[in-house]
Amino acid sequence: MATLREIRRRITSIQNIEQVTDAMRVVAAARLRRAQENINATRPYADKLDTILGHLISRMDTETEALTHPLLEERELKHVCIISVSGDRGLCGSFNSNVIRTTTQRVQHYQDGGADVTLICIGRRTHEHFDRRGYDITDAYTNIFRNLEFQTAVDVVHEFEHLYVEKKIDKVEVIYNNFKSAILQTVLVEQLLPLVPEFPEGDTLFLDYIYEPGQIELFEMLLSRHLNMQMWKVLLDSNAAEQAARMAAMENATQKAKELIDELILQRNRARQTQITTEISEIVSGAAALEG
Amino acid sequence: MLNRSFHVEIRTPEQLIYEGDVTSIRAPGVEGNFEILAGHLPFLTALDIGEIRIRESETPQLMAISGGVFEVLRTGVTALVETAEWASEIDVERAENARDSAQAELAANASDLNRPQVEAALARAKNRIKVAHNL
Repeated sequence: MATLREIRRRITSIQNIEQVTDAMRVVAAARLRRAQENINATRPYADKLDTILGHLISRMDTETEALTHPLLEERELKHVCIISVSGDRGLCGSFNSNVIRTTTQRVQHYQDGGADVTLICIGRRTHEHFDRRGYDITDAYTNIFRNLEFQTAVDVVHEFEHLYVEKKIDKVEVIYNNFKSAILQTVLVEQLLPLVPEFPEGDTLFLDYIYEPGQIELFEMLLSRHLNMQMWKVLLDSNAAEQAARMAAMENATQKAKELIDELILQRNRARQTQITTEISEIVSGAAALEG
Repeated sequence: MLNRSFHVEIRTPEQLIYEGDVTSIRAPGVEGNFEILAGHLPFLTALDIGEIRIRESETPQLMAISGGVFEVLRTGVTALVETAEWASEIDVERAENARDSAQAELAANASDLNRPQVEAALARAKNRIKVAHNL
């Protein structure tokens, strides 16, 4: 049985751990709140952009114009680009490992189908994992979540958009943690390119615009912006999901630490009592021996 | 002046920059600057890097933007821009640093230079400096 002093030392060290995990939980909660605000701030912009695209598409001769756009073109899969979005840090449950596992599966899936796969890694965790295992990584973005900027999303899109237009890649997919709620995050696989046009139906009462420049140029420009927006939403979502996952993991850890401390306190009390009992019986027997 | 006013909303993906009633708005279209007054017909255009100037009353308000979409409907005007900064809030020193480092990168012409991206950054920095001085 552990000595009283050993038990005391363990209690102190676990109390320290508890303090750290609890502080991390509080920090994650604050960051989560900010991440959620960012998601909400983006929504009106995204909705408006989709409405405008919807209006434009409803006014276009979709058969001939929209569906021949290079970003909508479907091709045989020879080269696939997968964007794998993780976090930069650990201690957030299965947040990073889920993305890594799903990415590995998708890469395998495409390779089995005879396609080359290149990766764009966002977040240090996926980058380190796949870099070490010799995957073909075209680009990596690390430490972007501390100060998330829209420009990062634009840069990422810029990286693969022109490759798609030049037909160097035939499909772009993003794998990330979707922020459903503070307690539920799921890994999603979304196709970014070719774009799947699904925009709100244009208002039937809507009359046509005056366009400047032409309709098709505007359509192209809007599709690019739409793509930037998709990427931005992915980054925001992943960021919120990471904070939520970390918050839950740290809450769990704090809870476990508390339980462990309670148990150790019981052990400590028992050990102390045993020690006292032993001491008393020693004194009593010592006194009895003197009297005898 | 008895100018009629109309509703204007200017947004970036990150936040709402401006919402209010104005008597005119001037913006940098890809085919040249234009100005919208109340009662304009529905109009859709792409915006270039440049400045947006809105007029609520006599004094105009300026902001630097870096491209976007501009929509006029009968209910009002919406500008969706990728970045926007009020002229008064532009950090000129930071913009000048950004300009100098972009120019240095272009001059160095390294093999891994992402020319379009650096050129775009340079254009944005120059625009911010210009708008800040127009105030």
